[in-house]
Amino acid sequence: MHAEEEHIVEYKLLFKVLIALFILTGLTVLAGSVDLGYLNVVVALLIATAKACLVVFFFMHLKYEGGLFKIMVLLVFVILAIFIGFTFFDVAFRTN
Amino acid sequence: MTHNTNKDYIGAKIGMWLFLFTEILLFGGLFVLYSVYLHRYPEEFHLAGSELNVYFGTANTLVLLTSSFSMALSITALQKGNKKLCMILLTVTMILACVFLVNKYFEWAAKIHHGIYPDSPTLLERPKGEIIFFGLYYTMTGLHGLHVLIGALIIFVVLILVAKNRVTSSDFVAVENTGLYWHLVDMIWIYLFPLFYLVV
Repeated sequence: MHAEEEHIVEYKLLFKVLIALFILTGLTVLAGSVDLGYLNVVVALLIATAKACLVVFFFMHLKYEGGLFKIMVLLVFVILAIFIGFTFFDVAFRTN
Repeated sequence: MTHNTNKDYIGAKIGMWLFLFTEILLFGGLFVLYSVYLHRYPEEFHLAGSELNVYFGTANTLVLLTSSFSMALSITALQKGNKKLCMILLTVTMILACVFLVNKYFEWAAKIHHGIYPDSPTLLERPKGEIIFFGLYYTMTGLHGLHVLIGALIIFVVLILVAKNRVTSSDFVAVENTGLYWHLVDMIWIYLFPLFYLVV
């Protein structure tokens, strides 16, 4: 009987998400063509993260999953952030 | 109520997510490598990155996003009991995966034609940062391409399971988990695309 409990994501909503993803792709290409120096990387990663959130929450149905799933996914991204962040504590302060 | 088999949907999906986490950390390690070397060789990365074809990259991004969309649609179609539409959408997803790989083939072929491939004499004459950039480019897009290929094969298997009624509107976790894998592959590309083709 589990199937009945599943949330069905409507076609229309999925289409809206796709349009949003296309617009964000256009935006990131546009932002890449302007020279913002160091900020280029930041802007690109912010847009990419917005896109990833759309994919995770709507395409991967995370929005409709229970709290356990959300905490697990959050935890993994926190671990990844620590992983990358702590590497930069090392790299950024080296003097050679 | 002739529901004899015990199906644990939450368990099945948690298992899939756990696998995806290992994938995220696998690519995460490569992203750490990329960012450390971007930090060390910003000029070389800029020069090498501007040699990549933004049109190929953008086209492949749109292809992969659309394939993710058709994958998500196929799950909705199956949940609504529309088996035929589900099968059509799974086929579309598979075709788009192939389009992505064909694009990648042409992109790589053009680079290799210009003598740029790991350990090539032309590449080794270049500055260290550029060698590392192209090394990472081939490793990361290559590993990602392998995931696209595996994803397309899994979608094909699931398509057969749907056709044989082994996966149905009341028992569709196999399609959902395939979808999860496919969306992860899409998500990794969402980060690869700006890092290699745009920012540097």
